[in-house]
Amino acid sequence: MTYKELVELREARLKEIDVRFNKNSPNKEIMVCSSTGCKSNHGDAVIKAFEQALKQNNITNVTVGRTGCFGLCALGPIVIVYPEGTFYCRVTEEAAKEIVETHIKNGQVATKYLYDPEVPTQTTKADIDFYKKQHFIARKDSEYINPENILDYVALFGYTALYKAVTEMTPQGVIDEVKLSGLRGRGGAGFTTGVKWELTAKETAKQKYVVCNADEGDPGAFMDRSIVESDPHKLIEAMAIAAYAVGASKGYVYLRAEYPLAGQRLEKAIKDAKKYGFLGKNIFGTDFSFDLTIKFGAGAFVCGEETALMHSLEGKRGEPRNRPPYPAQSGVFKCPTVLNNVETYANITEIIKNGGEWYKQIGMGKSTGTKVFALSGKVRHTGLIELPMGTTLREIIFDIGGGVPNGKKFKAVQIGGPSGACLPEDKLDLPVTYDDLSANGAMMGSGGLIVLDEDSSMVEVAKFFLEFICDESCGKCTPCRIGNKRLLELLNKLLDGKGTMEDIDELEALSHFIKENSLCGLGQTSPNPVLSTLRYFRNEYEDLVKNAGKPKTPKYRINKEKCIGCSACSRACPVKCINGEIRSPFEIDEEKCIGCGTCQRTCKFNAIEKV
Amino acid sequence: MSKVNLIIDGIEVVADSSDTILEAAKKAGIEIPTLCYLKDVCQDGACRVCVVEVKGKANLVTSCNNKVAEGMIVETNNNRVMKARKTNIELVLSNHNKKCLTCGKNLKCKLQKLSYEFGCDETKTGGEVESKLDLSSPCIVRDNSKCVLCGRCVNMCKNIQATSAIAKQYRGYSTIVGCQFDKPVEESTCVGCGQCVLVCPTGALLETSNISKVTNFMNDPENIVIAQVAPAVRVALGEEFGYQMGDFVEGKMVTALKRCGFNKVFDVNVGADLTVLEESAELIDRLTKGEKLPLFTSCCPAWKKYLSIHYPEYVSHLSSCKSPNEMLGAVIKNYYAKVNDIDPAKIKVVAVMPCTAKKHEIVGNEDVDAVLTTRELAALIKMKNINFNMLPDSAFDNPLGNYSGAALIFGVTGGVTEAALRTVADKLTDGKGAVDFKTVRQSNGLKEIKLTVSDKNLSICVVNGLKNAETVLEQIVKGKKHYDFVEVMACPGGCVNGGGQPFVDYTKTDYYDVAKLRARGLYKHDQKLESRKSHQNTQVMDLYENFLVPNGLHKKLLHHHHEE
Repeated sequence: MTYKELVELREARLKEIDVRFNKNSPNKEIMVCSSTGCKSNHGDAVIKAFEQALKQNNITNVTVGRTGCFGLCALGPIVIVYPEGTFYCRVTEEAAKEIVETHIKNGQVATKYLYDPEVPTQTTKADIDFYKKQHFIARKDSEYINPENILDYVALFGYTALYKAVTEMTPQGVIDEVKLSGLRGRGGAGFTTGVKWELTAKETAKQKYVVCNADEGDPGAFMDRSIVESDPHKLIEAMAIAAYAVGASKGYVYLRAEYPLAGQRLEKAIKDAKKYGFLGKNIFGTDFSFDLTIKFGAGAFVCGEETALMHSLEGKRGEPRNRPPYPAQSGVFKCPTVLNNVETYANITEIIKNGGEWYKQIGMGKSTGTKVFALSGKVRHTGLIELPMGTTLREIIFDIGGGVPNGKKFKAVQIGGPSGACLPEDKLDLPVTYDDLSANGAMMGSGGLIVLDEDSSMVEVAKFFLEFICDESCGKCTPCRIGNKRLLELLNKLLDGKGTMEDIDELEALSHFIKENSLCGLGQTSPNPVLSTLRYFRNEYEDLVKNAGKPKTPKYRINKEKCIGCSACSRACPVKCINGEIRSPFEIDEEKCIGCGTCQRTCKFNAIEKV
Repeated sequence: MSKVNLIIDGIEVVADSSDTILEAAKKAGIEIPTLCYLKDVCQDGACRVCVVEVKGKANLVTSCNNKVAEGMIVETNNNRVMKARKTNIELVLSNHNKKCLTCGKNLKCKLQKLSYEFGCDETKTGGEVESKLDLSSPCIVRDNSKCVLCGRCVNMCKNIQATSAIAKQYRGYSTIVGCQFDKPVEESTCVGCGQCVLVCPTGALLETSNISKVTNFMNDPENIVIAQVAPAVRVALGEEFGYQMGDFVEGKMVTALKRCGFNKVFDVNVGADLTVLEESAELIDRLTKGEKLPLFTSCCPAWKKYLSIHYPEYVSHLSSCKSPNEMLGAVIKNYYAKVNDIDPAKIKVVAVMPCTAKKHEIVGNEDVDAVLTTRELAALIKMKNINFNMLPDSAFDNPLGNYSGAALIFGVTGGVTEAALRTVADKLTDGKGAVDFKTVRQSNGLKEIKLTVSDKNLSICVVNGLKNAETVLEQIVKGKKHYDFVEVMACPGGCVNGGGQPFVDYTKTDYYDVAKLRARGLYKHDQKLESRKSHQNTQVMDLYENFLVPNGLHKKLLHHHHEE
């Protein structure tokens, strides 16, 4: 592949997909999100329905295609119609017919399927609140690209960064640019990427490796999956650039096996990249050669820890080891290794294209660029969002997420996954940067954000994450293996109403001990959910002791005047503790009630009140 | 090697730059407590007992696997460190089956010692921990309820013995050490060497005891119970009674065995002399014919099992000789029984061995009826209230009690080779061969020796530790190496460091080499003996002349008849 060929390839494809960018195009293209979320919401059937409807209507100037992820997975399947860029949500097979009828045939917007049917002016992605404050770098362009078509990627200036790196820049030049950008690892700890590369580049070993950590394991986080599924070539190009910078000739993507779609797409992308000469020997006619292989992980959370990942990659048990030596000196198969997470790599091509100085301008202080978050929990709009570093939690939760639904009050936000922390209301104006978070006992982690409302018990939240840690600890070192189990037992004791104030002190002491004594990052951060809830919500722990024996959960009662006896609550109740006769008021058996609140949410007549 | 200066507990220390903090501390006279650490075997940093505070580091660091650095300031015993260690030990205890009084490791358990030293609260518990015994193996008993997941056994089995019969399984609190696919030990690739038992800091791994089997033999007055003792036992048994490593306690041992109730006490060294004669003849035969070379020694049952599992196509290279232990058993039940007109069925041969693998060697084998390890013998002696230190010396019983120096050194790596060479050299030079072949001694695991005996150039390899055996075999398989004779002892250092030998305080092995100290005891005694070559053992030569050869029995009694 020469530069001329690359340009020709790009221009040819751009002509073919002109409809996606040219508002005046005479054609139309219906693109359906084909990532896991929308796919599992019958996205493929929706594509078929579109094709069928078009055929039935003898429409020939409209094509149907696939795009990458839009991040608004809760409202999927998402469909975008070019050239207008009309953004449809919740598109079923039925809806597909309607959209063809209304939009394609009659040129009207099918408002029913808009983001908010009540605001018919918000027709494009740019109009929607959810996207207004977002800034796309790592997830840029996925709405224009069919993830399975390398030419779509090339059309959007794909592989020009690699060309620039290997033909116009020295390896040190690439490293300097990445260092200048201030990019820090998006996998959790936030080590400066350029420095990591430089340390590996300095090693003189013959064989070096570039590895991508795609073993995304935090509950609820799926930004890495989304990137690999939506734009696999971005990752391949970035890894090739990293390999050029550090002098590696071989790379591995350690991908969890639970991401089959990402695996298939990446596999195809690697094959295609080899076909076009973006991978393989003498890339762009230079001396630089690079080969990439996928290794599938079996799903242990700890394999996201770099040393455990490398053991697993080598075929050993996924157990962390002591550092030093760091991977830069002794990594995969004892060779110097650069190991970065998917999102980190996803920033590289833009840094090389636009320069480190450009990147540095985005973000805040020592946290430059953007970060992708998985917003979930008690928030109106859930999904993946990408924001400049330094955006406040309030902006994220209220402006983008639309605030807490059902008129509930915000209580806390859990940030950073199982190793993260719960931050209370008075931290809402905290800018989300590596340093601000760690100063407040939290961490960036992989970017999970779970919003909790007034009904959430913070001790239960701590317990949820601790249970996860207990399941996922590798079992190697004493503090993490046994300490966390004892911590969980203490939490359960408190939640059972059998705890004492001394138990709370013990909980705190043991948490600090685990933090200071565990072998790896997983263990060292494992008590964070307990420590942060103790720090900001200690009263809830103490209440458990003070109210020992009393019901710990909220109770609900049916207002007999409002209840019309529709039985909806009774049918929804997971423990079947609501009984009554149709058309006369129902009653809740308070003994059996677990206080989950399902009935209250189900009732359309506001007849159920919290006691 | 470059030196670094650091301060440990206020003491200025000059250490090698390759030293760990733990090693540097030892140089300053500071013994940092450890649980999972074992020199050359395990530096996983899993137990976290050896944590220390390093100035400038937020968290405590493990001293066993973090290296020293110039200007480092370390505190090994401040309040924070001591509290952390204590919590670590208490956490381990909280998940431990604390039936210490009757545990096979009572008073020798590292966890027990640490718990005592740190004044730990043993009542902090995660609930009753039930025994999880695996009694399937004739060699080894595992009890996961006493396992502290230190990883020593796993590292030993995998990295030093190339066996990987055990590994960590499952995750988190459910993590256990177990065999492939959760199978019992007997169905795994375990070769029974018992090195895991030696390194286990607690009672999670022990030998399968034959003590009650032996006392039951003795309780039947019809039985003639005969002990036969392997060479390496006599330089280690003393350790159980306060003697130094390598002290030669043969005389007291024989007296003790007799007082324990054995009717006769014979010496496996007689079997070793027989082995030398048989095996050296076999070597000369194969050299002459130029077939099935290299000849592999066949004394070590763990090695034989290893070979049959991993390199079955090389089993035919094993010497057809029975092990010295089996040979002597066969001789007792045939020759001794006949000479003394005893019904062989009444004879119970009890082998005392430094070895746990010998327990599977006797399965389905009529020559020997029970195997006691050196540790079990010590336990039996204590049980029979015998004051070992006060015992007079006795000699082995005859006619199977005289041995040559060649037989004695069977207990140490290189010994079988040297013993064979002493005889082969004499045979090839009409009795003018050398006695000492020091070049074959002191193999650090793998030693190649090229020798010229008479006009023959011999290429020999002396191996101990099965990982080294794997290395040698791989080279043989790939055709990169050609040997005439390969001696393999599965245990590092040979039988002196066998899996059945007394437990050693492993905090001290940073300072000395157990196998070498015990080996020294054997070599020293070899020097003192009048006959140092197997064919000079008149008792053995008599046996050939008057029994084996006239009855045409030596092939039948002294060799295995492998199917080929």
